[in-house]
Amino acid sequence: MTTPDRGTPLVELRNINVAFGGVHAVENVSVDLFGGEVVAIVGGNGAGKTTLIRTLSGAHPADSGEILIDGERVTIHNPRDAKAYGVETIYQTLALAENQDAASNMFLGRELRNHLGTLDDGAMEDATRKVMARLNPKFQNFRVPVASLSGGQRQSIAIAKAVYFNARIIIMDEPTAALGPAETAQVGELIEQLKADGIGIFLINHDIHDVFDLADRINVMHTGKLVGTVDKDKVSKDEVLAMIIMGKASRDVTESDIKELH
Amino acid sequence: MRSKDEDERSGLSALLRSAELDTRLLGMFGALIVIWVGFNIMSDGTFLTPRNLWNLSVQTSVVAIMATGMVLVIVSRNIDLSVGSMMAAIGMFMAVLQVEILPDVFGPGHPMVWILTLVAGIAMGALIGGIQGSIVAYLGVPSFIVTLGGLLVWRGVAWVMASGRTIAPMDLTFQIFGGGARGTIGGTWTWILGVAASVAIVLLLWSRRRQRIKFGFEPRPMWAEIGIGAAGVGGVLGATAVINAYPMPELLARKWAEENNVAWPAEGLTIPLGLAVPVLILIVVAVVVHFLATRTRFGRYVYAIGGNPEAAKLAGIKTKWITVKMFMLMGMLVAVSAAVSISRLNAATSGLGNLTELYVIAAAVIGGTSLLGGIGTIPGAVLGALVMQSLISGMALMGLEAPYKNIIVGIVLVGAVSLDSFYQRKVTK
Repeated sequence: MTTPDRGTPLVELRNINVAFGGVHAVENVSVDLFGGEVVAIVGGNGAGKTTLIRTLSGAHPADSGEILIDGERVTIHNPRDAKAYGVETIYQTLALAENQDAASNMFLGRELRNHLGTLDDGAMEDATRKVMARLNPKFQNFRVPVASLSGGQRQSIAIAKAVYFNARIIIMDEPTAALGPAETAQVGELIEQLKADGIGIFLINHDIHDVFDLADRINVMHTGKLVGTVDKDKVSKDEVLAMIIMGKASRDVTESDIKELH
Repeated sequence: MRSKDEDERSGLSALLRSAELDTRLLGMFGALIVIWVGFNIMSDGTFLTPRNLWNLSVQTSVVAIMATGMVLVIVSRNIDLSVGSMMAAIGMFMAVLQVEILPDVFGPGHPMVWILTLVAGIAMGALIGGIQGSIVAYLGVPSFIVTLGGLLVWRGVAWVMASGRTIAPMDLTFQIFGGGARGTIGGTWTWILGVAASVAIVLLLWSRRRQRIKFGFEPRPMWAEIGIGAAGVGGVLGATAVINAYPMPELLARKWAEENNVAWPAEGLTIPLGLAVPVLILIVVAVVVHFLATRTRFGRYVYAIGGNPEAAKLAGIKTKWITVKMFMLMGMLVAVSAAVSISRLNAATSGLGNLTELYVIAAAVIGGTSLLGGIGTIPGAVLGALVMQSLISGMALMGLEAPYKNIIVGIVLVGAVSLDSFYQRKVTK
């Protein structure tokens, strides 16, 4: 799947460092992502994968390092900056305002307004219905607070948001953690759809099976450092598991390491 | 098999749902009617008189004006305990300005006296709100603590400003804000306002319906549109008629006749006082704050912060600045209430607005605002203030002493919230 020369990556994170009061949460990590590709970032709790990706989504800036989009150096201080570069994030916690309906959430921070400058709820609901008709035709509860919706429905609002605002880069932080098997399969289909549109996706996930189902390349992190980047087709799940747990690069993983896992 | 009773109940709730009525607001209207009719029976028909209802409308306005702002503060998961003390400090400031400072500059009764007083008072409200809001937003101190401090500080400031003296009387024009003898808009203007409000209701319903049809959403059933429109217009025109049924006292009427060269007839003159200015101010404030809350980004963000502060931040909303602006708005509304209050009393003391913060919070909460944040409406808070004031003046009418009033208001507050959370649990289940 991966060819050695694919031109300029869509996103490059170079030598990213983030520290929290002396603790290196992310240490000198570099990863990249091409359009139409799903790149997973995996690792145990506290491996630094969410912290790394938050530097791209604008939720927490890096202490040092560079972010390049289309080969150009960019500075991302806050979520607004990230969105301006077409980076949309779907958070583990889903980050929805529980008391508001689907349309308000989809347009939160970027509301449509009419010629008087007031909120145009009709246009926002209309746009939400149109995106939803494409992504999740069964979704019908447009006027209830999202608190009363199921995990899958809430997830589809978060994804609809990214799609509507023409994201080029989507960060998914545990997109299937709150979902049942059918809903997880639905998210998988959505990801295929997004890939076909040339969108690049960073996928953070705990579930190694989901990662192998969805990702093209896998970055493994361990205690804030990048252990290695592997092509999904060239490694086994056991090798990746060993990397996650032992923090060893794939070439150093031995048969006995894998045996130890089982 | 379901009982007939159950069928009817679900039929009714389905009906309400298809009409998209706010059942909580409807319930409050119901409670208000029960309270009014109850007091009317117990007070031998003196409660539901134009005179009492007119007074009730004036008494409600000071608390209700501040309650509209308090809704937003509570919705965003904050609280403002300082509004009563702020009212004293701002009221004292405005009193000193118009009684002791500005008349020396412009001459007594000069229009600049009341204009500058009002502008300076509102600016002071915005400043105090801005300071408290900034400490909450940028230093991360809980608003409960910041405004608890404010409760002590501003009460003290009010005393210091005039060394505890009572400042009186207010500028003659400024007194209009209080709704006294001069502070009403007259019968004709009251009718004009009533008719204009009725037209506005119909236009709003119509434009909402048109908007829905434009986007192909299912509009409200026609019977519901007509029913809501009729109830709204009927309510407005009915209230206008009641207000205008309260005539000027004879002394004022005689003065009016003299000033307008009308001969005093033997049977006396019945001239309606019309809507009181504080009530007019309340109506304007409620419409403006309701508009801010529901139709602007500012309002949407306040509710989003209340629903999920983290989500609001991640959506790129400047949540801290929104918090500051919201506390500034609260401060300005306190200044408006202070202006009404000192001109109604025609005096300012450092004890002005003592315990008012609790009544303001109670009005918002009785009106359906959740202290957990995210939920609350402006019309609900105004209705909540009206329910509370109805209880207070109803008991006064029956000759109950003040401590009894507090007992009843306290019980109603807890009862209303208990009933509401019981109802909410049932709905979400």
